[in-house]
Amino acid sequence: MTQQAAIITPDSGRLLRFRTAALPRLLFNRSSRRAIVSILAAIALWQLGATSREWLGWPVPVLGHVPAPDAVLVAWYHVLGDAGYWQSWYQSFLRVAMGFAAATAIGVPFGLTLAMSPTCRGIVLPVFELLRPIPPLAWVPASILFWPTQELSIDFVIFLGAFYTIVLNVLGGAETIDIRLVQAARSMGASRINIFRRIILPGVLPSIGAGMEVAIGITWEVVVAAEMISGGGSGGASGAGGGLGFFIWNSYVGGSYPDIVVGMISIGIAGYGSSALVRLLQTRLTPWLEAR
Amino acid sequence: MIELRHVSKSYGPGRFARPVIEDCSFTVEANHFTVMMGPSGSGKSTLIRLVAGFEKPSAGEILVNDRPVTGPGQDRLVVFQESALFPWMTTRENVQYGPRARGELTGTGRARTDFLLEKVGLHAFRERYPAQLSGGMQRRAELARALVNNPAIMILDEPFRGLDALTKKMMIEYYAGLSAESPRTNLFVTTDVDEAIFLANRLLVMSHIPARVREVIEVDLPRPRSFTRILLDGRANALKMAALSLLHEEAMKAFGGGNIPAADFIEAHRRRVAAM
Repeated sequence: MTQQAAIITPDSGRLLRFRTAALPRLLFNRSSRRAIVSILAAIALWQLGATSREWLGWPVPVLGHVPAPDAVLVAWYHVLGDAGYWQSWYQSFLRVAMGFAAATAIGVPFGLTLAMSPTCRGIVLPVFELLRPIPPLAWVPASILFWPTQELSIDFVIFLGAFYTIVLNVLGGAETIDIRLVQAARSMGASRINIFRRIILPGVLPSIGAGMEVAIGITWEVVVAAEMISGGGSGGASGAGGGLGFFIWNSYVGGSYPDIVVGMISIGIAGYGSSALVRLLQTRLTPWLEAR
Repeated sequence: MIELRHVSKSYGPGRFARPVIEDCSFTVEANHFTVMMGPSGSGKSTLIRLVAGFEKPSAGEILVNDRPVTGPGQDRLVVFQESALFPWMTTRENVQYGPRARGELTGTGRARTDFLLEKVGLHAFRERYPAQLSGGMQRRAELARALVNNPAIMILDEPFRGLDALTKKMMIEYYAGLSAESPRTNLFVTTDVDEAIFLANRLLVMSHIPARVREVIEVDLPRPRSFTRILLDGRANALKMAALSLLHEEAMKAFGGGNIPAADFIEAHRRRVAAM
């Protein structure tokens, strides 16, 4: 016991301090170094494939038909000063944020209600399960019809993409809660509301976090496709005001192929960034999972 | 005092019902340490859930202090097999949970939780989450979480299972000490005969499933007890032998092979008795 006391010093601020102090170490530790090397190697390979087009007499698959990294970088440099490009970022982000926020705000209470009430589950779940296999993109034409603005219809499609995942995760998470925890709380005289707030809700939080993390990835898949299909909504004079998905499509139609790749990488960065944000939120919400 | 009258419990519908407890009657005396032993899978945990009020018996009745059990209550708290601490609460929040949930976490309530944390030696670990505690610490935290509510009856369902042998012995001695300080009614389930003899005033040996009391053994060894003294005490060994041979019989019913260590012990004891 005393040995353990020496190892685990009781200071509660440990987590926070760990984060700031370890930043340089995090950037230059072994796995980060490997990541940097592997990304650089991938870019080098891409450059090689895109410029030579033939390796040992064989046409290079895929890479041979893609703009080379240097061309992409040049295109990116040009587009960085273009308001339309940033407008695309903004619009896609806004749509993702709207759809995702709505999916979380509605999906979490909805999932909890289903989890808590077998009656509710019996009535609602069959309909839910019937609608769930319909891909969000199949809703695009219909939602354009029944939402007043195109913006709302894209938000709705994104909402659907995230909604099912979040609800299912909440439901699954509630099922994994140890019944003994509820029994212990009940024995100690806790009210139903208290058990919900202090046992069920924190018990489901990790699953909510996991659901959100998967869902944010889906929203990016959906937003890009939705923007391509719907024509990106209010395109400006340049036609580049319709989000990153439309940016890609427009570049393709306009024949500026390096811009296609710029758009693709932009979405990669945006998706990565928003996933990281969700993960950060998740670790803040469930500190006990970090503390091991 | 807990009284079970002809309690039966079966799971499953109608014809397919599987009886887990059948016509089981016994009493747990007030301020006594009653230990229930039985082969694993004999329905002991089901009995515990019935006494705790988490489930209702299919037949018969359970009385606690002459009042029928209708649901869980803070007069009888359960310490479960393995940890059932709330993972998202620190040790202190876990211990404070009961009083706080009932709105009793006032000045004296706070003092009492801190006193109990001190008593189970976890005051320095009060801000830790359960996952950061060792197995033995988790068990002590859970004892404190139950004891803070000052239950008249403690129900412990194999609370020290899964601990290493040394920690387990320490925990048993520790809990015996706690109980001696403030006597209360204990219903303690175990499959470990040494643990049972060490703690019990009375030993209930349960039958193979469906559970029934096979025999009641009074353990009238002087307290405080110690493992070494029990090891050398002839009367303790005779009681252990009696309990083991019954358990062995019941375990034989559970699976043809029987219980090898128990068989060895019984054989060794028989030879020793014969040699005397």
